[in-house]
Amino acid sequence: MTRIVIVGGGTGGTVLANRLVENLDHEVEAGEVEVTLVNDSPDHVYKPTFLYVPFGKKTTDDAVRPLADLVDRRVDLEINRVVDIDTDAKAVELQDGRDTLSYDHLVLATGAKLVPDEIPGLVEGGHHFYGAEGAEQLRDALADFDGGHLVLTVVGVPHMCPAAPVEFTLMADEWFRQRGIRDEVEITYTYPIMRLHGLESVSNWMEPRFEARDIHTETFFNAEAVDPEAGVISSMEGEELDYDLLVAIPPHAGDDLIADSGLGEDGWVAVDRHTLEADHAEDVYAMGDAADVPTSKAGSVAHYEADVVADRIASEVRGQLPTATFDGKTVCFIEAGMDEATFVEFDYEHSPDPRDESRPVHWAKLAYNESYWLTARGLL
Amino acid sequence: MSEQLTADVTIDARGAGCPGPLMDLIGKVKTADSGTVLKLQTSDRGSVTDVPEWVEKAGHELVETVEHDDYWSIYVQKA
Repeated sequence: MTRIVIVGGGTGGTVLANRLVENLDHEVEAGEVEVTLVNDSPDHVYKPTFLYVPFGKKTTDDAVRPLADLVDRRVDLEINRVVDIDTDAKAVELQDGRDTLSYDHLVLATGAKLVPDEIPGLVEGGHHFYGAEGAEQLRDALADFDGGHLVLTVVGVPHMCPAAPVEFTLMADEWFRQRGIRDEVEITYTYPIMRLHGLESVSNWMEPRFEARDIHTETFFNAEAVDPEAGVISSMEGEELDYDLLVAIPPHAGDDLIADSGLGEDGWVAVDRHTLEADHAEDVYAMGDAADVPTSKAGSVAHYEADVVADRIASEVRGQLPTATFDGKTVCFIEAGMDEATFVEFDYEHSPDPRDESRPVHWAKLAYNESYWLTARGLL
Repeated sequence: MSEQLTADVTIDARGAGCPGPLMDLIGKVKTADSGTVLKLQTSDRGSVTDVPEWVEKAGHELVETVEHDDYWSIYVQKA
């Protein structure tokens, strides 16, 4: 019996579980292979939905479906939390104290978590749209906001969905225009490095659009502290910005399991960027946001990586030399307002070249968001 | 001269593209004590201009940039 354990039921883990039982159909049916997906919640959450919640275009319920509805019946779904990984004994320990799960192949798809506490005052003074609760609170704050200074601050990278802060800013601009209050609102966007985005071509795409829409920008702005009472955010570089509504892309971190198990110093699993094999343990892969690869922490990356890991593990199970590799392929839509969008496609060797925004691409994004549930099932 | 430079903290960002090395440096500077000398090893050519620009803006000191065969070591002292 070959045991494959996947930790994390987000996009990467769910697609991988479904692909594996499909690829290894005969072996699974014969009882030679067991695929276990461990997730600490019975729900699967499609996080890109949250971008639309603050503007009243979607609800947080739209982002959630039961994991059991998305996972093939041949996958052993374990709703539990992994609290320890022993890569020498090749076993993971579950929170409820049951026997540990032994593995022959382990895949970590534990995602990224928000750590707003790293910036003093940010929890009390800032909003975000990177989780259900935050998105709902921001929706209420935006509904009440009838003028003043909106500051969108990207606190640190890496963060999930590098397109989202760009999208939110452009969507907010248009949303205020549609509500007839744009003249009452000042918008400032801040970014930690010397340009507006990590990807130079995206930054170049943003610059004229932000200027045309009267969106102020601050670069080399690394948020250090927020004073909620005074309504001030200050940076490591000594800048201060007054705000009336602060929307932050909070600092992110990998799961504590990763550093605790010696798989990655900074909380992201150190992997070979092509094979996705962990540097510091045998028979361990990492994918999605949890893996330290030089591309975006995005659902598309997790999806493409899942195909690669599924192929590699299936080859190993069959005693073949795995040949599938990940080339860094990343695809992201970028909303340019409320009804137009563009998209970027790139990989390790090729930079993106965002085109002018259009309505068809916006509708393509919304259509994909609806059909995402087919992706999670491993069908699209 | 470069052989005499010593660093309290070394950040090996070789292999990472922009903005990885700069963000790695910023993250370490954030938690370092005043006076700490940090060495950023980077193979990204852009770092050679981006890092000094940030260091100046943030008020720290660029001690030296040392070019190796296929990477650079950028020494920064936190103000």
